[in-house]
Amino acid sequence: MTVQLSTWWRRLVQAARLSCGIPDYDVYVAHLRAHHPERKIPTYAEFFRERQSARYKGTGGRCC
Amino acid sequence: METIASKPAGIAGKILWVIIAIIGAACLGVIALRRGEPINAIWLVAAAVAVFLIGYRFYGRFIETRVLQMDPSRAPPSVLRNDGLDYVPTDKWVVFGHHFAAIAGAGPLVGPVLAAQMGYLPGTLWILFGVVLGGAVQDFMVLGLSIRRDARSLGHMLREELGPFAGVVAMFGLLALMMIVLAVLALVVVKALTHSPWGTFSVACTIPIALLMGVYLRWLRPGRILEVSVIGLVLLLGSIAYGAHVAATPELATLFNFDAKSLAWLLIGYGFFASVLPVWLLLAPRDYLSTFLKIGTIVLLAIAILFAAPQLQLPAVSRFIDGTGPVFQGQLFPFLFITIACGAVSGWHSIIASGTTPKLLANEGQARMVGYGGMLMEAFVAIMALIAAASLHPGVYFAMNSPSALIGNTVEHAASVISQWGFVVTPDELSRTAHDIGEISILSRAGGAPTLAVGMAQLLHNILPGERMMAFWYHYAILFEALFILTTVDAGTRVGRFMIQEIAGLVHEPLKSTESWIGNVLATSICVALWGYFLYQGAVDPLGGINTLWPLFGIANQMLAAIALMLATVVTVKLKRERYVWVPGVPALWLVICTLTAGWEKLSGPISFTAASQTYTQAMQAGKLMGPAKNLGDMQRIITNNSVDATLTAVFMLLVLTMCGFSIYAMMKAWRSRTPTAHEAPRVALASIVGQES
Repeated sequence: MTVQLSTWWRRLVQAARLSCGIPDYDVYVAHLRAHHPERKIPTYAEFFRERQSARYKGTGGRCC
Repeated sequence: METIASKPAGIAGKILWVIIAIIGAACLGVIALRRGEPINAIWLVAAAVAVFLIGYRFYGRFIETRVLQMDPSRAPPSVLRNDGLDYVPTDKWVVFGHHFAAIAGAGPLVGPVLAAQMGYLPGTLWILFGVVLGGAVQDFMVLGLSIRRDARSLGHMLREELGPFAGVVAMFGLLALMMIVLAVLALVVVKALTHSPWGTFSVACTIPIALLMGVYLRWLRPGRILEVSVIGLVLLLGSIAYGAHVAATPELATLFNFDAKSLAWLLIGYGFFASVLPVWLLLAPRDYLSTFLKIGTIVLLAIAILFAAPQLQLPAVSRFIDGTGPVFQGQLFPFLFITIACGAVSGWHSIIASGTTPKLLANEGQARMVGYGGMLMEAFVAIMALIAAASLHPGVYFAMNSPSALIGNTVEHAASVISQWGFVVTPDELSRTAHDIGEISILSRAGGAPTLAVGMAQLLHNILPGERMMAFWYHYAILFEALFILTTVDAGTRVGRFMIQEIAGLVHEPLKSTESWIGNVLATSICVALWGYFLYQGAVDPLGGINTLWPLFGIANQMLAAIALMLATVVTVKLKRERYVWVPGVPALWLVICTLTAGWEKLSGPISFTAASQTYTQAMQAGKLMGPAKNLGDMQRIITNNSVDATLTAVFMLLVLTMCGFSIYAMMKAWRSRTPTAHEAPRVALASIVGQES
């Protein structure tokens, strides 16, 4: 039960962040570790800033 | 990795679906057939849920397995190009939440409210069947096509499947649509805030609140979105509460009391500055706040409707289906089908369904839930907006949504005109409603937002009664829509700027660079000028603006939907699945017919822009002034505006016809070919990649 609740909370936070254009930090770090061990791992603050400015660069994004 | 296994339905399952079908049919029967006595909104909710469940289970499933042939064992772009950032295989509920937050906006809240002038039945039927057979099909199919093409954008897919020129044509259409969307949404805010010190004060407060949040997120606690959004929400609620004091204090109230013209200029100036400021300072924090507030308010509205279970007071079908309605002109066909765009079929979604979402889906088997299911959810929001409007006193509804040119500027005159239409209302009822919501007047506040806000305030007041609470809820609803729209205006101006730079880049390559400061300011100015022109025109329009601009918006939005569905039709043929061509083909054809008919009626005939322009020209030649013009300059401006609108309508029609031409040509070529000619990325088995990952 507790496991399920924490999974749903995590999903909720992930969905909320994603709706604001911020992908999952842990997933990104895991990806870097697995595939690009030579790259520096950004702190959450650095990651956040980079994603924040990336969100409003492309087209689309939201509906009327 | 989760895959969708198709289980044969058991006896229990079959019985369940039969029961759902019977409930749906019974509810629809009650809605459609009961006349003369008001019905409860719960019938509408139940009918919608049943129709959506059946549509999702059967038609959505049919499209998934037969038309798109989604394959859970095939690797999607999120797995193939996994970069941990943009392309990430993500839990389906998370993708669903993100997708819904991206597609649901002010659109599904405004259109159904305007369409309620024809009664609740036509709008309900169009939302229910439009979404199942058109809107959700479009979202789902575009998503399905994009997943098979490395999550390419709509524009890119159009270029590939219909040719490069078709891509350029669509790009212009998209830019025009964007400008109209921004103008019409900004106009909704103008209409809601005109001579409303309380509303204007609380909306103005969102700017310092957002700046504060931006600084907090950047320097104090980087990236703590939830935390800062809670702080922002508390401050917002505080500003609504303090707004009552502002409105009650004459010295403060005059500072926030503006007419439509001044508000339009303020918004234009704001749009310019907001979109050249760094995103982290203003746009991003307000975006977070408005995203959460939007979802929260939709949930609140759903709870309010379920608990208050209001009676629908508007008639099922009003006399205004004949085209003489005060909210928007034109008969049921085609104008109902372009007035309710978002909520039934929305072209804008094809941008999102071919944007972030296909990069996140972990499995093709989940595309139906996100694409088709997400759109059904939006249709449900539209139904709720319709209920909120239909549960208002009809007299109040028409007083709020009719232009002052028809009902005048006093409650006495408005009440007598509206009573003559057959919706008996007393001046006292109108002024009491205004008093209840803490406003000076409710007359001629077209645009959906105020009507929805009054409806919502009454519903919430029913379940949470309290002194002055209705005024609080009204201003909460106004603030929510305004906040959301301002974010769209800001983000949309940026997107429009990139589009303008891309188009300019076609002519002169260096203009494409988005880093140049001069290019930035220049493109932003052009963009703001484009939507600002239409906004200002709406603010000074004799018929109140929404009346004129909403049809343009509807035509443009449905034009984009038609283009997206035409793409889906062409690809279906190119894949040699001709026997299913009707699935995207019929809604595409329907939208082409609707947009062209509506366009034609706006070009020639009694309700056209051309006719309005001629009337004013003749009056001017005869040396007469016509209201609301006060001098010759005003007269000239009205003539010019109507000519611009007529030209734009003609451009939209030409765009639709051109895209039809391209599609038919591509389809004929593909039909003759013996082998599939669609540009799908080659199939890679999911198992081969998932094995490597772990």
